[in-house]
Amino acid sequence: MELTYGEYGGRFVPETLIPALDELEAGWHEAWADEAFRAELDELGRSYAGRPTPLTLAERFAPGKRLYLKREDLLHTGAHKLNNALGQALLALRLGKRRIVAETGAGQHGVAAATVCARFGLDCVVYMGAEDMRRQRPNVERMGLLGAEVCAVEFGTRTLKEATSEAIRDWIGSVEKTHYLIGSCVGPQPYPEIVRELQAVIGREARGQILELEGRLPEVAIACVGGGSNAIGLFAGFLDDSEVRLVGVEAGGAASLGSGRTAVLHGSRSSVLADADGQVLDADSISAGLDYPGSGPEHAFLRDSGRAEYVTTSDEEAVEAFRRLARTEGIVPALEPAHAFARVAELDEQLVLLNLSGRGDKDLEEVLAR
Amino acid sequence: MRKTLVVYLMSGPETPALAEAAVDAGADLVELGFPFSDPLADGPVIRRAAERALAEGMRTGACLELLAETRARLPETPLVPMTYSSLLEAYGWERFAEEACAAGATSLIVADLPAGDRPELRRIQLVAPTSTDERIRLAAAGTDGWLYLVTVTGTTGARDDLSPALAGLVDRARRATELPLYAGFGISTPEQAHAAAQLADGIVVGTSALEAAEKGAEALAAYVESLRGALDGAAVPA
Repeated sequence: MELTYGEYGGRFVPETLIPALDELEAGWHEAWADEAFRAELDELGRSYAGRPTPLTLAERFAPGKRLYLKREDLLHTGAHKLNNALGQALLALRLGKRRIVAETGAGQHGVAAATVCARFGLDCVVYMGAEDMRRQRPNVERMGLLGAEVCAVEFGTRTLKEATSEAIRDWIGSVEKTHYLIGSCVGPQPYPEIVRELQAVIGREARGQILELEGRLPEVAIACVGGGSNAIGLFAGFLDDSEVRLVGVEAGGAASLGSGRTAVLHGSRSSVLADADGQVLDADSISAGLDYPGSGPEHAFLRDSGRAEYVTTSDEEAVEAFRRLARTEGIVPALEPAHAFARVAELDEQLVLLNLSGRGDKDLEEVLAR
Repeated sequence: MRKTLVVYLMSGPETPALAEAAVDAGADLVELGFPFSDPLADGPVIRRAAERALAEGMRTGACLELLAETRARLPETPLVPMTYSSLLEAYGWERFAEEACAAGATSLIVADLPAGDRPELRRIQLVAPTSTDERIRLAAAGTDGWLYLVTVTGTTGARDDLSPALAGLVDRARRATELPLYAGFGISTPEQAHAAAQLADGIVVGTSALEAAEKGAEALAAYVESLRGALDGAAVPA
């Protein structure tokens, strides 16, 4: 097995899926090398999604620093997830797959998947843990409005881990006509690569924007990490700039990079919250989007190589940052990026770029209830 | 020629006795499930059984002990642990293989380790209706003793009818190997067992065997006998 990211990655899936992954990998490489495909995606980004998203200087939230927010919360559907969903929908069309299956935690990826399926006339089935459906009711309703079928997963923790397993099982049974639109940079090869490339637009844009505004690169690029797609998208713009410190922020109860061990989950080898027997443990976070015991294999690789570092934020700190950003900047962030905001004040550096990956409308009920 | 009957049981305190009952009733080979928290290849019945087994403490060490106990009761029967990569990753791939062998394992099945990966790990390979001829050849060349034909494009669990994909898969596998072909996934009734055995050299039952085993050794024995009868061509329902 070719492990793509050092000792991480790979394809730990039942044989049934291997030919589809081969087909996907070949189709992806061909599409990504095709200028027409890239041009169509760029045009959809501009005219449908609202790219480029701006950078906002958050002076009142972070006095004494120059904190720039990459405003993925302003993207259509309210989160960075649409970047990936649009690209994979185009890929599915190219591969002749008319049915899309997806998993969702916070509901942001589910909404993005439902949105692109509506836009392209594809059938859409979204698996979502019953507990997450309770926490993220507005997104469940949005998916329904967009024409997606939302399947409640009543198994195990009833959160993102089980929803992902169910989506993969659906795909095992429907692989000939279905594309699995995974939402993060996890899963079997080539998914971590596909999601990273489709989210890299975040880092690419932000790099150009901050150079224009400040005439220099940021000292730190910081983002929240669940599976890690918004962070890898941001980091991708700065990986070769060794002077830019890369910081990923995990939820304290879901620190798969901070306190995980090497295990196999959802088709790849990565850093996972697991016990000594390789059994995957339950994550626990107020943020449904970070409530996942795994992480993308590239993040595990970046951690081991020392290129990126990973820290944690507690539920309470995230809620405090959520409220403070609303009061100081007039921006209600999603609970996921609120974890990154909570770590800004203690950074030694002055020029900071933070990926504001999504907006917080979906989290109002959860936060106001505390 | 006698068709091979493979019965899957989830590891648990009753497993050695259940395995003995199954073999007395006509099973030729027993697969022992080492439970994993996130089993992608499994449908709801085996998943729930895995969840219960983990709650009862059926971790790798305990499963290996049960394997040894089962081996003590069944000195002649092939015993094959079936599990997922994460357990081997945690235990150590070589160490797992060595200790399973020492505990009496005849071979090994790793449901999420496709052919071509870790060829040094001797195991029974699976092929599926979606496998290309090239992958079937690769699996056949590397498999340990027999080839496991996954009859359905899907996860484990009972189906109403025998998968129409089996015949084509058997044909393609026969061209790739002279080794025995055992068909599993979606086979539960004696009628399905009989029909599958017309094509393949043996069958594997998992989900329905677990459901019978939950009712006790007698229920499992009765179920296995019904399959044995169907395979032997005796008492085949019309």
